[in-house]
Amino acid sequence: MRLRLKIWRQESNEITGRMESYELKEVNEEMSFLEMLDVLNEQLMQQGIRPVEFDHDCREGICGQCGVMINGEPHGPLQNTTTCQLHMRTFRDGEEIYIEPFRALAFPVKCDLKIDRSAFDRIIQSGGFISVDTGQAPEANSTRIPVPVAESAFDSAACIGCGACVAACKNTSAALFTSAKITHLAKLPQGKTEAQERVLHMVAQMDAEGFGHCTNTEACEAACPQEISVLNIARMNWEFNKAHIMRK
Amino acid sequence: MTQSTLTRKIWMALTGLFLCFFLIIHLLGNLQLLIPGPASKEQFNAYSQLLSGNIIIKIIAYILYASIIAHVVYAIIITVMNTRTRNVKYHYDKRGNLSKWYTRNMGVLGTIIFIFLVIHFRDFWYVYKFGELPLDEHGHKDLYTLVITVYSELWYVVIYVICMIALCYHLIHGFFSAARTLGLYHPKYVRWIRILGWVYSVGICAGFAFIPVYVHFLK
Repeated sequence: MRLRLKIWRQESNEITGRMESYELKEVNEEMSFLEMLDVLNEQLMQQGIRPVEFDHDCREGICGQCGVMINGEPHGPLQNTTTCQLHMRTFRDGEEIYIEPFRALAFPVKCDLKIDRSAFDRIIQSGGFISVDTGQAPEANSTRIPVPVAESAFDSAACIGCGACVAACKNTSAALFTSAKITHLAKLPQGKTEAQERVLHMVAQMDAEGFGHCTNTEACEAACPQEISVLNIARMNWEFNKAHIMRK
Repeated sequence: MTQSTLTRKIWMALTGLFLCFFLIIHLLGNLQLLIPGPASKEQFNAYSQLLSGNIIIKIIAYILYASIIAHVVYAIIITVMNTRTRNVKYHYDKRGNLSKWYTRNMGVLGTIIFIFLVIHFRDFWYVYKFGELPLDEHGHKDLYTLVITVYSELWYVVIYVICMIALCYHLIHGFFSAARTLGLYHPKYVRWIRILGWVYSVGICAGFAFIPVYVHFLK
């Protein structure tokens, strides 16, 4: 299949970027989206043009590195899929495809489609952990967690931190990402002890990074490759309100 | 004092829910306009007089004014801050597929409602409180005749109905979003609140829109 690509090119954060057009004449529809970009880059290198930089790692949908905006939607038109798991059979022969980085002031563009997502790392560092005593491993059954609770906590923990929620949100809110971690730990007995400080610190860090307000449009859940539920946001709000009322 | 994004949303939710509560009382009062015959005039004017003299109603009125102002001010702050979170727009943006249009346009709907409120306050509230209204045969200010006169204008009824449609969509998202912001996360009750929000919003707005239409065509 033939494709016309419009790709955001930006050499570094200091230089303003622009959209550039490229044409690919032979694309196999069994290729993944990233393989298609690999083919493009080979073609560009042969022409002496700087290849398009993009993030990727596992290429099996679990690392959360590869998110880009494809035809105006995070990770492309296929629901609940990462960019690497998107295949060219989703597109038509001769289609024009727009590829842009996730846009947010909190996610500065490093180069082309590569963005700096360390704002997410700092949110996790501010409270997305539990404190445990060092020494010998405790007896495995000393903290018993019913299976439904473990499963539900795991649903929240499934977030891969790709940033699609932020990209999809009209307010650039990181509420889904932040709330997934808060909820994951709030559901488990190990997370209860630090629940109050966790939610206050993580929300404060989320705000400090310059993300917007959540207005519950639920676009984040629709764009999320891991189908993280917006009810995590409601749980974060609950934990936040509780922490505010109870704190001394 | 610096507030967090969540605290600002809580204020939006609390003021919004108070306004939701007020709308119920307001609609119940207005339904007296539907009473057939001269009893309607007598009862509506007496009710208006009762409200204007009651100390509890006065306190609620001040909370109401404060809620409207706070709701608008916070909406502006939140909107301005949200627009500052992204400096480059997407060249190709299909994110509209991911959410419902009215959830993304609460500000536009809110502006329509605000303009409506200004007209509404000028036509009724201001005239009743500060204007020269003639008295009816029972010595009450004759708000009833003013309302009937205003509703006899077709263009006013049309604008009124359009604004009620905007209000309806604003309420559908606002009511449910407020519950979320306050932390309702249990899936079962989230479902119930969504249904309750729909019933409430459509009920309130259909009720408000029906009154001028009924008065215009049948009174």
